[in-house]
Amino acid sequence: MNIQTRKPGAVAEVDEDTPLVTAVLTGDATAEDLESVRRHASVYVYETPVRLWHWINAAAILVLIVTGWLIANPPPTMQIGEAANQFVFGYIRFAHFAAAMIMTAGFFGRIYWAFMGNHHSKQMFRLPILNRHWWSEVFFEIRWYLLLEKEPKKYIGHNPLAQLAMFFFMTLGLSFMIVSGFALYAEGSGQGSLPDILLGWVIPLVGSSQTLHGLHQLGMWAIVVFVMIHIYVAVREDIMSRQSIVSTMISGHRTFKDDRRD
Amino acid sequence: MSQIETFYEVMRRQGITRRSFMKYCSLTAAALGLGPSFVPKIAHAMETKPRTPVIWVHGLECTCCSESFIRSAHPLAKDVVLSMISLDYDDTLMAAAGHAAEAALEDTIEKYRGNYILAVEGNPPLNEDGMFCITGGRPFVEKLRHAAEGAKAIISWGACASYGCVQAAKPNPTRATPVHQVITDKPIIKVPGCPPIAEVMTGVITYMLTFDRLPPLDRQGRPQMFYSQRIHDKCYRRPHFDAGQFVEAFDDENARKGYCLYKVGCKGPTTYNACSTVRWNEGTSFPIQSGHGCIGCSEDGFWDNGSFYERTTQINAFGIEANANTVGTTAAALTGGAIAVHAAVTALKAAQKKTQSRVSEEA
Repeated sequence: MNIQTRKPGAVAEVDEDTPLVTAVLTGDATAEDLESVRRHASVYVYETPVRLWHWINAAAILVLIVTGWLIANPPPTMQIGEAANQFVFGYIRFAHFAAAMIMTAGFFGRIYWAFMGNHHSKQMFRLPILNRHWWSEVFFEIRWYLLLEKEPKKYIGHNPLAQLAMFFFMTLGLSFMIVSGFALYAEGSGQGSLPDILLGWVIPLVGSSQTLHGLHQLGMWAIVVFVMIHIYVAVREDIMSRQSIVSTMISGHRTFKDDRRD
Repeated sequence: MSQIETFYEVMRRQGITRRSFMKYCSLTAAALGLGPSFVPKIAHAMETKPRTPVIWVHGLECTCCSESFIRSAHPLAKDVVLSMISLDYDDTLMAAAGHAAEAALEDTIEKYRGNYILAVEGNPPLNEDGMFCITGGRPFVEKLRHAAEGAKAIISWGACASYGCVQAAKPNPTRATPVHQVITDKPIIKVPGCPPIAEVMTGVITYMLTFDRLPPLDRQGRPQMFYSQRIHDKCYRRPHFDAGQFVEAFDDENARKGYCLYKVGCKGPTTYNACSTVRWNEGTSFPIQSGHGCIGCSEDGFWDNGSFYERTTQINAFGIEANANTVGTTAAALTGGAIAVHAAVTALKAAQKKTQSRVSEEA
């Protein structure tokens, strides 16, 4: 703590408009802190439903990836009991289907929130592809990740490159996984069932059930690659950029490390 | 059409008793998934309706469909079935040959225009104007178009007629083409399989004769009563699948115990057919029962779907043998590597920047 900036007798000067009143009184807030917090307080970006969706979605995707991998590559044969008393693979498939239902319900909830929520909640559903400035920002971000730019820019919501990734891997990617997944689920639930009525057309479209299984697996790998990059970049940006990243998805608030304009 | 005998008359003439005939009707009802109330309906139709003429043509094929068909047990195979349908033309089964046979074809087409069923075994090659398959001195595709013109409906027998089968597998040098892509203006029933099950074939024909209409078809044009569920859905080894008990290799203990063949590439979970219920050779067995996985012969493009011992399709887009999982693990490993390198370079650059700024501060 910088003791020199602590004004002696500051207590008398504190009034109702001073931020962090308690912190000033306990001597915890320096004058610089006060100045900083006055100028750039946080921006509330991700509302509660968005954050809730993010973490539920993340948990569901984790379960889906693990169980999906096991469904394609089953664990070694287990001898717990007679086949009638053992349901190992059945439970793995059950977890996959249950997580898929949760993810799907969450995704529909997220779409609903794009209509009801704030400006930022719409970002991952639409790309301003006609906006020339947006494209120049996309290329700026690419240069930043190629280590060609010295200093990153500040963004309130997603940066344009992140927005592109969200749109293709999450909005389109999850839609594809939901459609192909429920089309495969329809095989088990049978002709005339709701998934079959809604999505039974998918298998004839791609040719065969096996082809759709393959596409669904490729879709999973696309999401695996996305998740790896997403986590790496979130942590990296949290350290390297001029704004908060990881905590923003916990608290919803975007905070900035400096007050330079861009 | 009154000059044609009814099915019942033909059957009686063939020495089949009334009792056997009624048995046949109930077996057929059961095979079609119909209730007992349909037995008299089938019997009535058989007694009153004139036999439907069937023209059976052969394109690029191996005749395994015919071989299967003549082994049908319920309906009682050869005598009944071959008499039941008035099989007026079938170049591999008919007694006539050469010009006489071709004359019979023309005769039937003219006489029963709009009323006969065209059964197609095999498919036409379209390259070189169809010269890869000549029957009766003409490219098969011409014969097919000619015979299809006056047909009431078309049955595509087997994987060849339905999907193309081995002759249409990549790179398909003769451009062998499934029937529904050549004839587009007629109702087509696909009865895929290599070959289809005998009872499925006769069942489809019996349905059409009994009810005088096409059987209910699924989205891919296959009769629902035989193709609406996967082998997997009715497999007697399914409990081992749900338990997670698999054959790990063909000669292991689990194989002897009759565990699920999923891990050795059984395509039952992706194959629509009636093998696990109707079975083969008078219900004796089917591939999974004899310890071999399903190869998915009734699925579209099963020759191009990779090994018979893998459930995942080969992806050859990268010039190497790979499936979705190898492509995926490679992509994930590359991403992981790229992330590690990127993080390392980022850290180095940050350290470098720190040193430089310290130097400039000191200076």
